[in-house]
Amino acid sequence: MYHAEISCRAAWDRSRVIVKRSGFFPLTAVVLILAIWEMACRGLAIPDFILPAPSRILSVAIFQAPLLLPHAGITALEILLGIALSLLVAVPLATIMFAHTSIEQALSPFLVVSQAIPVFALAPLLVIWLGYGIASKVLMAAIIIFFPITVSLLEGYKNCGTEYVVLFRLMGAGFWDTLRLLYWPWALPFFFAGLKVGVTVATIGAVIGEWVGAQKGLGYLMIQANARLSVDLVFAAILWLSLMGLSMWVFVGFLERRIIHWK
Amino acid sequence: MFYEGTTVVLKVSNLKKSFDNLTVFDGFSMTVPRGGFTALVGPSGCGKSTFFDVLTGVVSMDNGEISWLGETLPHVGQKAAYMQQKDLLLPWLSLIDNALLPTKVSKGNRNSREKALFLFERLGLSGFEQYTPHKVSGGMKQRCALVRTLMFEHELVLLDEPLSALDAITRRSLQSVLLLLQSEFKKTILMITHDVEEALLLADEVLVLTAFPMHVKEQFALEWPKPRRSDETELMKIKEHVLDELQGESGNGCITLRFPAVPRGIGAESS
Repeated sequence: MYHAEISCRAAWDRSRVIVKRSGFFPLTAVVLILAIWEMACRGLAIPDFILPAPSRILSVAIFQAPLLLPHAGITALEILLGIALSLLVAVPLATIMFAHTSIEQALSPFLVVSQAIPVFALAPLLVIWLGYGIASKVLMAAIIIFFPITVSLLEGYKNCGTEYVVLFRLMGAGFWDTLRLLYWPWALPFFFAGLKVGVTVATIGAVIGEWVGAQKGLGYLMIQANARLSVDLVFAAILWLSLMGLSMWVFVGFLERRIIHWK
Repeated sequence: MFYEGTTVVLKVSNLKKSFDNLTVFDGFSMTVPRGGFTALVGPSGCGKSTFFDVLTGVVSMDNGEISWLGETLPHVGQKAAYMQQKDLLLPWLSLIDNALLPTKVSKGNRNSREKALFLFERLGLSGFEQYTPHKVSGGMKQRCALVRTLMFEHELVLLDEPLSALDAITRRSLQSVLLLLQSEFKKTILMITHDVEEALLLADEVLVLTAFPMHVKEQFALEWPKPRRSDETELMKIKEHVLDELQGESGNGCITLRFPAVPRGIGAESS
């Protein structure tokens, strides 16, 4: 009897672990929210131009794909180029700040201030300076992404174990050898943490840039649809943007697991 | 026999180191004979590791003199290979790449890989070259750290409690590896330990240290042939005596002081 109780308990514990690991709870929460939303729209007969039901948004997102796809392609390109540009700036900047404490002290206030300025305030200026094309949106995305990457990478460098640094010093390693063999691999998990945050917020920069002035892109499409009260199309564009952000987050996670094999 | 016992390779005279108002040692002196195995035994936190930090230049001394084969130097960091209590293997590198780190940093010769492979075989690591550290046991990691230490090609090897984190069985097998360093690889060894038995089994000379300010309380020359057995009557007597001495020291003032501040950035390595 006692053994049966123990095995029952063990089976219950195992099932709880499986449920936790399988993402059962988040999925349930999402389904629950969508179900309430759907029922509210249908039950209260809310018109589509106020709040479309999830089923309506999904059908627009799927059946309007030929319309959404070219705009999504432009936004994706802006985001990817923004990520590339931010990496080109953030990695050397964090490294130089780490290599020279005086540069870190000089630049830190500017970094913080750059985040205190709302991106919305910069968007019109960037459109004036760089035009209605892709460049202003790429720069908007890059401005948003580069901060978490720079700060995370710098923190990663600083987090390196003192005993390891001493070991390298005793080996006669110079700064650049230590950077290549110790600091950079040590900081990689921090770098990926920053990159994950960066790619998820990258869509904000690109879309804000498109709102202010563009001829293509999901942000542009949203403004156009909003003016025509096609709220379902606005939501469909948001859904596509979310899926793009999620895909990039998953891809960075995949890269992280492949590269940081020792974690 | 490589152990000449008379040629002094390292001489430390009147060494002083203090942090703020705390004097870790003042007037500390000792010598290390070429090819010898010298063990420093003292209560935990008495300043042994700080002494090694001063020797290797990780922290600077306040006063005193360090001489290497008669030549006065600020430290012997470039003359000694230093193995710490932790293995300090880089988790992203395989065992063989970890062992080859000193040669990667110093752009070592082409034969260094052959040497590392030979040492892997000699220290029982053959077949595990491509394993990453988290896939092998603590004992194997320490062996790999020892191989890395030997790749430095320095005559003096400083060992800071290299086996203290290991279980008794692994420790015993690695004690014989440490003896190999002296007998086969002709290294001069200076080892910190608070395991009295380990010191008596391995060393040619044992220095018993006081709590801080640290100084040499007693010094023994052990002329028994190696490998030794821990149940030898004379050794057991010495062990009891040393333990009594250390017991008197414990609680007299011990503190943990490790790498207070290591400067970073370009040029910091030479500061």
